[in-house]
Amino acid sequence: MSVMKRMSMIFKSKANKALDRMEDPRETLDYSYQRQLEMLQKVRRGVADVATSRKRLELQINQLEQQQNKLTDQGKKALQVGREDLAREALTRRAGLDSQLGDLRAQYQQLQGEEEKLTLASQRLQAKVDSFRTRKETIKATYTAAEAQTKINEAFTGISEEMGDVGLAIQRAEEKTENMKARAGAIDELLASGALEDFSGPKDDIQAELDRMGAGPGVDLELERLKAELGQGPAPKELGQGTPSSGAQQDVDASQQQAPHQQADWQQKPGGGQ
Amino acid sequence: MIVRIMGEGQLEVAPDDLASLNTLDEELEAAIESGDEATFRTALHGLLDNVRKVGKALPEDSLEPSELILPPADAAMDEVRKMLGDEGLIPD
Repeated sequence: MSVMKRMSMIFKSKANKALDRMEDPRETLDYSYQRQLEMLQKVRRGVADVATSRKRLELQINQLEQQQNKLTDQGKKALQVGREDLAREALTRRAGLDSQLGDLRAQYQQLQGEEEKLTLASQRLQAKVDSFRTRKETIKATYTAAEAQTKINEAFTGISEEMGDVGLAIQRAEEKTENMKARAGAIDELLASGALEDFSGPKDDIQAELDRMGAGPGVDLELERLKAELGQGPAPKELGQGTPSSGAQQDVDASQQQAPHQQADWQQKPGGGQ
Repeated sequence: MIVRIMGEGQLEVAPDDLASLNTLDEELEAAIESGDEATFRTALHGLLDNVRKVGKALPEDSLEPSELILPPADAAMDEVRKMLGDEGLIPD
């Protein structure tokens, strides 16, 4: 039989079974209304749960992004001091974070979608519950057994279909967030244990090596500059500072002006003086 | 005729448009029998897209039951099997 028809029959038979259990049709209305309010609360809790998980992922993504930036910076610094091996190491580690970040971002999007869906579901259910409450009061006021029974059955079947739909949507969202909570927990543990921190944390080996290297060239450059100032050694860099008269001369000047900047940079680096 | 797409809401579909939906529905059924997830996904999305195209959204406060009900767009084949099965995935 058709999938669409079978699905709708399953919903209807559930509604009918529930109706059969009720002795007084008016009791059905009140009981169903109570269940609807409970379901509304459940959806809202579901939305809040998903939002919490999403925010947790957001934090983790931010943390990993910071580490990623740090590794990129380390790679640059390593290249500046001519340590291609260190730069390569930093970039390799960054690539490891890349895939993890990609995974987290995909999960984040999925949760965002889930949150949106549940929010819409809660709005739809709210509209139907309001409408049911009005209908319920009308039916109760104009109660004549036979007529009411039909009206009640209609309203009940309509709302219980929505309840089944929303109920399943919550179940599915819960399953998804549970899965993600487990994975997020694993990443939190990794972050806490320092396994990820090792990649770029304060005590990581790349930084230690860079700090050590940072002292070397910085001091050497400074020494050469001092020597040149005192006229103790060959300092070709400082010789071009006459009056610029040609384009070629200006080019030389420009390159000379960059050199002191670089030195200043190095002096500002944290750990550069170790 | 009222059609529900689970997780999305209810739509009113004109009788003239039903024939095309039925064809797609048969394809979906065949896909579920074949057991191939990719075929199932294509068939499900084909059917849902068509319902969205020809259907007109029912007001949110409508309490009318649907004559036809379709699984949510992101449902896996196994999930749909369970929904259709006796154990009933749809909560009471």
